[in-house]
Amino acid sequence: MNDSPPEVSERSEYSPVLRPAVAGRSPDTTKTLSRRDRGFKRSSMVQLTLVRFREFIREPEAVFWTFIFPILLAAGLGIAFRQRGPDKLQVGVVANQNSAPLIQSLRKDSTLVVQSFDDSAAAKALRTGRITLLVRPTPQRDSVLYVYDRQRSEANNARVMVDRAVQVGAGRVDRVHSTDTFVTEPGSRYIDFLIPGLLGMNLMGSSIWGLGFTIVTARSKKLLKRLMATPMSRSQYLASFLASRLIFLILEIVTLLGFGHWAFGVPLRGSLATLLLICLLAALSFGGLGLLSASRARTTEAVSGIMNFIMLPMWIFSGVFFSSANFPHAVQPFIKLLPLTAVNDALRLNMLEGSSLAAVTPQLGVIIVWGILTFFAALKLFRWR
Amino acid sequence: MATTLESSGSALRVTGLRKAYADVIAVDGLDLNVEAGECFGLLGPNGAGKTTTIEICEGLLPADSGSVEVLGKRWETDADQLRELLGIQLQDTQLSEKLTVDETLTLFQSFYRNARDIGEVIDEVELGEKRSSRVGTLSGGQKQRLAVACALVGNPKLIFLDEPTTGLDPQSRRQLWDLIARFQSEGRTIVLTTHYMEEAERLCDRVAIVDHGHMIALGTPRELQESIDVSNLPPPEPRKTTATLEDVFVALTGRHLRDE
Repeated sequence: MNDSPPEVSERSEYSPVLRPAVAGRSPDTTKTLSRRDRGFKRSSMVQLTLVRFREFIREPEAVFWTFIFPILLAAGLGIAFRQRGPDKLQVGVVANQNSAPLIQSLRKDSTLVVQSFDDSAAAKALRTGRITLLVRPTPQRDSVLYVYDRQRSEANNARVMVDRAVQVGAGRVDRVHSTDTFVTEPGSRYIDFLIPGLLGMNLMGSSIWGLGFTIVTARSKKLLKRLMATPMSRSQYLASFLASRLIFLILEIVTLLGFGHWAFGVPLRGSLATLLLICLLAALSFGGLGLLSASRARTTEAVSGIMNFIMLPMWIFSGVFFSSANFPHAVQPFIKLLPLTAVNDALRLNMLEGSSLAAVTPQLGVIIVWGILTFFAALKLFRWR
Repeated sequence: MATTLESSGSALRVTGLRKAYADVIAVDGLDLNVEAGECFGLLGPNGAGKTTTIEICEGLLPADSGSVEVLGKRWETDADQLRELLGIQLQDTQLSEKLTVDETLTLFQSFYRNARDIGEVIDEVELGEKRSSRVGTLSGGQKQRLAVACALVGNPKLIFLDEPTTGLDPQSRRQLWDLIARFQSEGRTIVLTTHYMEEAERLCDRVAIVDHGHMIALGTPRELQESIDVSNLPPPEPRKTTATLEDVFVALTGRHLRDE
């Protein structure tokens, strides 16, 4: 090939004169395989879905943000906001000739941490908050002075605890015998609030990014246009995104909820079928928003901006990290209409309160309406080229 | 050079085609007739309207006016049928880099009612060793051959190739020329655009030169070469005894640069 023969001979090699000799392989006689010969696995719907699947798992960043990141976030926040039981109360005693028996009685109470100070150091420790309450023994053995800030609840608490220890130490006998039973209620901790919110956020993010980014990338690379020139069914192309979303949806739910349940004992009180239904409708509905974001944008930069514009308000208002009840009463109706608010509320009702399907229908209604409106708007606006 | 073949008839007939964009008239009353079984070259400077014309013929763009008849069918009424019959390679499609050669072709195969065997197509474009390589790792020439393979997998009667060898090294270009010559020998009709006159001379039975959306010359490469009087060529060309197709092209479309 490289040591080309003279021009004339190469031209004649390609000349139409040769054609009849190989005419046996014309388009009409070339062996072809019909759809049925090729089987189900080679059908276009399966192939398109497989492409989505492969493109996703071969993108390590996407796998990280979808599966690893939510777990890291849950672990980090779960540890930072875990409940450690009541804090020990720091109290100080001014050292003088009467302080030794007092310190001894206080040390018997395990909720108190007792330190002794000289006069000026004690005043400084109180001022800087190192101790919440200062005990000042008086020259009379039968009286004591407490110095504390009555605006601080733990100082008032310390006043009660310290006084009880002092009285008991001096020989007080309680008339009524009391015992305690302690309860801990999973479902009321921050991690229990957080995990459903993270799941909702994740469903939104992966649906919107999964559709929006992939479609606009295909458009900007002219791949969408190339596909349009084939007999590919356009609705199958869009459906393949939803099909692959549903496959990953199961994985997303299992990893995040499995982690929350295993590491923090986050409860799953409602029916799992209802939980799955909420997630399914959420993923499809957010898919509509993803499609809408991707319907016109020509560059990935443009679509990233659009997607962030859509998602950012919901990260803030829809109660992912903190309750949306913190926002003023007047804006609550609008917050309730955001799709992520509906998803998060429904997930929390199901997981934490064990509510029935009927109890989450208002939320499911909001989710479905968003899905329908965005899909129709997207199909109306969608640019295939 | 023979232009009528065993299965004569028109594969592509374009009449009075017009397409205007907001700022420019891309195609301005173009007529074309491509015979079945021929390799037809569409030449022209940048912005002459070649790609617009081809994309209208491929059913990717609507025309403002004029008619397009592809394999005796029209886009307005037979779009689904036509897509089954055409093989297309666009100017700068980037196939998904994450997929392998095999996966890409299996995807394209799945779109066609009757499709060719993947292995056969891969052998034809000589990508056998790269079957399980990701598209992202292929060289420019290999990517282009894969794009051509995607055009072939539906067993097309008519193949559109838009600048198939632009930017390729000489080896890859010759490999693609072999491939294109082979399609033609199989009785498929080919419409290609190119900037390389040598390519048109070697591959095309007939060539149309378009500029500003009009056709300005049509004929076999030989006919066009003979239509130019060599003695009129500006220096350094007069040393030659016959004009090349490039001389014809430059004589007809002028020497000023056409930057896109």
